[in-house]
Amino acid sequence: MIPAAFDYEVAESVEHALGLLAADPDAKVLAGGHSLVPALKLRIARPSKLVDIGRLSDLAYVRDAGSQVAIGALTRHVDVQGDPLLQEHCPIVSMTAGKVGDPQVRHRGTIGGSVAHGDPASDLPSVMRALDAEFVIVGAGGERTVGAGDFFTGVFQTAVGHGELLTEIRVPKLGDTTGWSYLKYHRRAQDWATVGVAAIVHRDNGTATSASVSLTNMGGTPLRASAVEAAIAAGSSPAEAAVHAADDTEPSTDTAASAEFRRHLARVLTERALTQARA
Amino acid sequence: MSATETWGIGAPLKRKEDGPLLRGRGTYVDNLDLPGTVVMIIVRSPYAHARIASIDTAAAKAAEGVVAVFTGADLRDDWKAAMPCAWPVTEDMKNPEHFPLAVSQVNYQGDGVAVVIADTRAHAVDAAELVDAEYDVLEAVVDVAAAARDGGTLVHEELGTNVSYVWPLESGTFDEDADVIVKHTYVQPPLIPNAIEPRGVVARPEPGGDVTLWSATQVPHILRVLTAATLGMSETKLRVIAPDVGGGFGSKCDVYAEELLAGAIARRLGTPVKWIEERSENALATIHGRDFVTTLELAATADGKITSLRANVIASMGAYLQLVTPGIPLLGAWIYAGPYAIPNYSVTFTGVFTNTTPTDAYRGAGRPEATYVLERTMDLLAKELGMDRLELRRRNFITEFPATIASGLTIDSGDYHASLDRLLEHLGLEELEAEQQARRDRDDVKQIGVGFSTYNEMCGLAPSRILGAIRYAAGGWETATIRCLPTGTFQVVTGTSPHGQGHETAWSQIVADQLGCDPSEVEVLHGDTSISPYGLDTYGSRSLPVGGAALWSAGEKIIEKAREIVAHQLEVSADDLEYEAGTFTVKGSPDKEMTVKGAAWAAFTAHNLPDGMEPNLEATATYDPPNFSWPGGAHAAVVEVDTGTGDARLIRYVAIDDVGTVVNPLIVDGQVHGGITQGIATALYEEAIYDEDGNLANGTMAMYLVPSAAELPSYELDRTESKATDHPFGAKGVGETGTIAAAPAVINAVIDALSHLGVTDIQMPATPERVWRAIEEAKQ
Repeated sequence: MIPAAFDYEVAESVEHALGLLAADPDAKVLAGGHSLVPALKLRIARPSKLVDIGRLSDLAYVRDAGSQVAIGALTRHVDVQGDPLLQEHCPIVSMTAGKVGDPQVRHRGTIGGSVAHGDPASDLPSVMRALDAEFVIVGAGGERTVGAGDFFTGVFQTAVGHGELLTEIRVPKLGDTTGWSYLKYHRRAQDWATVGVAAIVHRDNGTATSASVSLTNMGGTPLRASAVEAAIAAGSSPAEAAVHAADDTEPSTDTAASAEFRRHLARVLTERALTQARA
Repeated sequence: MSATETWGIGAPLKRKEDGPLLRGRGTYVDNLDLPGTVVMIIVRSPYAHARIASIDTAAAKAAEGVVAVFTGADLRDDWKAAMPCAWPVTEDMKNPEHFPLAVSQVNYQGDGVAVVIADTRAHAVDAAELVDAEYDVLEAVVDVAAAARDGGTLVHEELGTNVSYVWPLESGTFDEDADVIVKHTYVQPPLIPNAIEPRGVVARPEPGGDVTLWSATQVPHILRVLTAATLGMSETKLRVIAPDVGGGFGSKCDVYAEELLAGAIARRLGTPVKWIEERSENALATIHGRDFVTTLELAATADGKITSLRANVIASMGAYLQLVTPGIPLLGAWIYAGPYAIPNYSVTFTGVFTNTTPTDAYRGAGRPEATYVLERTMDLLAKELGMDRLELRRRNFITEFPATIASGLTIDSGDYHASLDRLLEHLGLEELEAEQQARRDRDDVKQIGVGFSTYNEMCGLAPSRILGAIRYAAGGWETATIRCLPTGTFQVVTGTSPHGQGHETAWSQIVADQLGCDPSEVEVLHGDTSISPYGLDTYGSRSLPVGGAALWSAGEKIIEKAREIVAHQLEVSADDLEYEAGTFTVKGSPDKEMTVKGAAWAAFTAHNLPDGMEPNLEATATYDPPNFSWPGGAHAAVVEVDTGTGDARLIRYVAIDDVGTVVNPLIVDGQVHGGITQGIATALYEEAIYDEDGNLANGTMAMYLVPSAAELPSYELDRTESKATDHPFGAKGVGETGTIAAAPAVINAVIDALSHLGVTDIQMPATPERVWRAIEEAKQ
């Protein structure tokens, strides 16, 4: 559990971080470290340099941004969990942040690190996908905004390119007629999701009129369950719609579950999440 | 409440050990920082079965900080004997030659092929990556049942078979014509013991060719003699110290390659060598437990009297025979009938090699494997008979003690009805059954089930003559010394070797009770072969049943000598002295008294001792138990099963254990808690998963599911008490009871929760996927 040798530099500013990254194609960004450090210790990741952005306190915030809530990339899970603005306007994010890992992880891990890591078993990426969140990425060429549909590009891969930094995540304010649920099945309290389902449901008198449903760990990236969404829009019940939850998915088989069982879990959890979000 | 009730035998004294351990002031092997220490890293095979084509160490040797690199071939002549197996269970048992580093062939993923020695751990890890080993990969055999069949891949080609031994135990004839016969085959997968402290060793060369070896071990005495033999040195030149040891569960009851390597290399290099196991390395390189496939048959009369039992067990040895690998199944051989009187009895073990981590003792060692198949089959038999599962158990309980059982041993005491009665007082079975029915009636997605396990076990290893009869290489006695110090304090030296059990507290309570002092006045020394009388260490729930009895015997000797001293000092006849809790009084003269402490002072000064008496008040006793220790009890698990996700979760767990006299109820509760948790883990969570090539697929704490407090309910514990008749104060072993009892109770509960859906069987661990598949198959 000793990492291969690497250099280490503390970034003093976003610009400084970008400069350090640009100068070294094998450098990696260190934020909370809760995904990167284990990978280093197992020598799965062998960067030449770590650029520590942990002191860029300017990137730790939750702000009102009109129809959206803006979350700084360096905001710790525990601060996302307890943020009153998110609890009021987008509680699925604060609630899910409170389900990540265990208290130690939540006190060090950051929302930006979690989503930029692109782990298909992570909770927050899936929630962001259901919310159609926006991601602000800065690089040498300036700033760009990427939607969730384009942000997660593959297993441990996102739209954040080398020499770039994710600085902010924007989530929509959910109105009174919007219900939500994030359910994950995991064996032990601290485990990653075997399968998770995020559901955002627009409702009218207890009936779902439309829904956004995203699946965790059912493929290389968070996946929108578009057949489920179409069924809801067409007036199907949660049980009827959930039958389609695993359509067009290719989940992996590992020691936690077979692909077949993951598909089953996706259907069970989708029905439950839709029912909970509609209520 | 008398004074002894607050600190003597039976008192809930908080553990003396805990303050320093909880404050981080313990001294574990990794805390040792000896001047000049070099660090050892093992280069391990990534393949489960391969011939070593070549190993190029040049780049590693040239790396920064590297002191030396050795391959198996380099060190071959350092070994004066192969790695030891102390239990050749049959005369013709096959035991492949096994050295600390593989010389020509690797036989499991993690088999060591080279060592790198460097000035720092970081340098050693870096250099280990540079060792270039080339392999010719062979087909692996992983599944124990497949390995046992003829004509397949052989782990050790030179043996001509994968079968190490076949060991039968037979008494009577199976009743093939019985009214009812049930037969079922059970898989008990391999388990990773996961002591909280991984293994570690420091070897320091001493002047004159001596070696001091600190190891995270349960067995310093056994390690000493066998390490000396393997290294070809005199036992007198090797000192083994087990410092604070963070758990073992049997996995540190062994002689490991790394201990031998550290010793050999320290002698070669003339400097201390340290090896500390990593957690993921522990998953591969420390022994695994279980890995049995067992077919059990029970024959019974129509009114539920069981007449015959037949067990056919295929047990994985893993790749090699470690210290007592082949004997593990035998430790359960006599209790396949558990607490039931079954006259015809037949058990056959086939020990089989596979390309997996060697197996050996893991908490319960052979007895959980027996109890699991028995208690599962008791439920199947009850169903077949249309009889209540508890009624079936009651009809077959042994009730007369001492009871000589069909397997040939004698159970000294027990009261299985009493434990089950007490269990039902706590459980509220009627309410649970009503709740179960209500959930079934409303087709609730979450169903509940109740499962039982009534058990006994044999522990307290072990009567030496019996060990001899079953070909174990050593005895099973234990030794203790008590020194009465002039200051009125007591120094105890025990041959047992605690690694979390709380011996310092329990031994202090025994001495305090017997010799009349406060437990704080007792110092307990252990785990150092240079200070202890010869001992046989800690495993198999033996420390209190055997080591505690030795301690009591030493105390008796102290009292007898003190009696003569007191009689002399008080000028009375020894026969006129009465003794209670440390004080001698003179019959009829209540004002005349003297304590053991007073006698100790008199023995120290030696100014006025009886003629011819040796000064000093000190005694050593060695105790060879006349019988095993026979705890028992009744456990119930209540589970809730989410029939959508397949998630099975404990909502209650009630355990009634009969462990005879309890020295410290807090320590006993702790043992029962941990034991139950490991049993539940076996039933629902844990399994070492190998792929078909023999790669361990879940060898990290993220994937190997050790449950945490968040997954478990608070346990409801109570006890009944039938004292051990052979033990001086009636104590029985408790270290393994929970693990032995819990797994079948939990699986029986899961099946009970789903029985209305037609589910009759679920393999351990009952993962959500297995539960889901069982439900789906029942629908077919």
